[in-house]
Amino acid sequence: MLEISDLVKTYPNGLRALHGVNLAVDSPVVVAVIGSSGAGKSTLIRCINRLVPPTSGKVVLNGTDITALGRAGLRKARRRMGMIFQEYNLVERLTVMENVLSGRLGYVGFWRAYRRQFSPEDVAAAFELLDRVGLSGREDARADALSGGQRQRVGIARALMQRPELLLVDEPTASLDPKTARQIMRLIVELAHERGTPALVNIHDVALAQGFADRIVGLSDGRKVFDGTPAELTPDALTEIYGEEDWSSTIRRTEDDEEEAPPSARHDGAQAIAPETAAG
Amino acid sequence: MTVDQHKSRYPEVWRRFGPRETLIRYAWYLGIVFIAAASLSTLDITWVYLLDAHVQAYDLLERMVPPDWSYFDVVVGAMIETVHIATLGTVATLLIAFPVAFLAARNTTFNWFTWAVGRFILVASRSINTVVWALIFVAIFGPGPVAGIWAIAARSIGFMGKLTAEAIEEIDEGTVEAIEATGASRLQVLWIGILPQVLPVIYGTTVYRWDINIRESTVLGFVGAGGIGILLYSSINQFIWQQVSVMLIAIFGVVVVSELVSAMVRKKIT
Amino acid sequence: MSEASTGHPTVWRPPKLVENPVLRYGLLAGALAYLAWSLGTLEIDWARVSVGLPRAQNMFERMIPPDFSRWELLVRGVTESVLIAFAASFAGMILAVPLGLAAAVNLAPRPVYLFARLLVILSRTFHEIIWAIFFVKIVGFGALAGVLTLVVASTSFISKMLAEDVENMNAGQAEAVRATGASFPKLLIYGVVPQILPRYLGVSIYRLDANIRHSTVVGIVGAGGIGQVLAASFSRYDYDFSLAILLVIIGLVFLGEIFSNWIRKRLR
Repeated sequence: MLEISDLVKTYPNGLRALHGVNLAVDSPVVVAVIGSSGAGKSTLIRCINRLVPPTSGKVVLNGTDITALGRAGLRKARRRMGMIFQEYNLVERLTVMENVLSGRLGYVGFWRAYRRQFSPEDVAAAFELLDRVGLSGREDARADALSGGQRQRVGIARALMQRPELLLVDEPTASLDPKTARQIMRLIVELAHERGTPALVNIHDVALAQGFADRIVGLSDGRKVFDGTPAELTPDALTEIYGEEDWSSTIRRTEDDEEEAPPSARHDGAQAIAPETAAG
Repeated sequence: MTVDQHKSRYPEVWRRFGPRETLIRYAWYLGIVFIAAASLSTLDITWVYLLDAHVQAYDLLERMVPPDWSYFDVVVGAMIETVHIATLGTVATLLIAFPVAFLAARNTTFNWFTWAVGRFILVASRSINTVVWALIFVAIFGPGPVAGIWAIAARSIGFMGKLTAEAIEEIDEGTVEAIEATGASRLQVLWIGILPQVLPVIYGTTVYRWDINIRESTVLGFVGAGGIGILLYSSINQFIWQQVSVMLIAIFGVVVVSELVSAMVRKKIT
Repeated sequence: MSEASTGHPTVWRPPKLVENPVLRYGLLAGALAYLAWSLGTLEIDWARVSVGLPRAQNMFERMIPPDFSRWELLVRGVTESVLIAFAASFAGMILAVPLGLAAAVNLAPRPVYLFARLLVILSRTFHEIIWAIFFVKIVGFGALAGVLTLVVASTSFISKMLAEDVENMNAGQAEAVRATGASFPKLLIYGVVPQILPRYLGVSIYRLDANIRHSTVVGIVGAGGIGQVLAASFSRYDYDFSLAILLVIIGLVFLGEIFSNWIRKRLR
């Protein structure tokens, strides 16, 4: 399904975010990508749909070599990959429905897009998705009137609206409170399984990754250092990914989050994992 | 999940706007286009002149090169005068705009009459263009930079006064109350309680207005109020285009530099 | 000041603008020196200036009462100014869209961006009157030169604002639209336009208001409108008619401002 080989990304400022990553996903499973901030998680995901152009290496999705595509080909390929963002990235001033339908933008002409004339199938599918993510009846609300969790649900609906062959999910829960984070993570995993869509999920919350993913990939300093099932993610493996001192506090603090700590408490303890801010 | 199920359970049509909203929207579009078109057709315009405009423009440009650099010495003196007019005009504005702003701010004015007077001064100052003010002051003081300085000041009072008055209306009343509670006189309240709070706004707008005034003072000479405009106007009227281009280059340089300085200072202040 | 105020005032003052005292007094001294220098170098005919006050008095006496008897001329001039403003605002609003997008560093390719910026800077640097005088040379006296002048001024103003808004927009929203495989035009209408539309309309309306103000003056160099009538009345010393014109301009600008504020409030 998805095959990444020798993927390298060097930013213009000389920062090497990826040092030759190899990764194959050949069944519709949810793959969690973990690693400390700056490990290259965001860069990896953005190199797949080339929002960040990779320096070298190959990304093949169901037989299409994405790295070799021209502009038009790349747009066609992007239609086949749905993306979900940490900051939701909804177009704030548009309605929920327009945001969901924008998942079909690759398939309609300019004037139809401008006049918001999407096909009846698309409209029905959008209503169905909104129902599925728990937002039926909110289609005419403006995106900036929603709460964080609701916005992420719209983001999920928009990505699935593309009927993607692959879901790229970038820190879907990092801006949410722990309870909502679990709900959103569950929703993403359920939908991916329901529709048989493989998903690549960047996540810095190890407990969430272990709880929901079928497979876990650990990145450290732009290299893949772990690839296995959640059960195989032993303390030793975590040491490999995060370094000796960091991982233990990570686990403990993540559990604390689940029990009692307010979301802001994440940011002030020992600097185990800083919240991931920018790509790379 | 078959297509049939979609059809039975979920609507297939969704409209961003209802028919009435759509109608209103298109009415707005049409109205705007209509007004613009009506304006153009009502104006007494000889469109034929537009046909060879590009030829004329090109001809003009051609006559402007190469710039006559021997004229540059004259231009430097005139540009310095231009900057002086802008700067002195801005300084004069500072002295006048401040009291007017206090009259025009609801919380510092004396009564409704003084408020109305303050507001009228601000509106009148802002409505009349600097060049029109220059016409008036040239009639009073005769041609020369003095008329220009007063023209700059007369127009800037409205600008600075309005922003300052708004700043005064937004000040922290608690501070003022506390000073009034010490038994301070009205003037003292003004000096100690209000002035420090609005000073940053005054600094910022002064520098900003100075930058605008440089641009304005380049044309005051067209009506005889000093600065580079006098030379520019006479060279244009005598068709000495190679001098004109030297002056345009000088104006460009000074305006760009003043804009950079103003932006830099404002960044430092705030 | 009394001793009561020497005890208290420092509490209320913000920190000094320039911390270093040497620099502070240096700046002050520099400012005074500049004042002396500039006043010294300006060629001022003090004899002429000193008769200013009596002349001003004389002028005001001749101004009052304002003379509205030639109201037809007045109405025609004002109408022409307003029409110039409307036409120029509309054209500027349209032309500013491509120029503004081209002048946004995050949207346009480098050479396009630089060229667009150069255009904006060039047209903004020169005062409207300078543009007006050139357009008068090119298309002759009259309203057309006025319209063209204000088109240049409005286009550069609106496109500068537009470019700033596009540069400050939320990049994530645009990125998400790009990730759906949308082409550049569709990215514009879904990812960019919704973010900048309200401000764009607000700026355009503001510019209409500004154009009404500027249209009263381009006539001074022959580019049509009430300015032409005003300049003529001044040169003929018809000060009572001049005052009538000025009062009408003040009223017109005032109305324009109210109209513009009303519309902009409704846009939010």
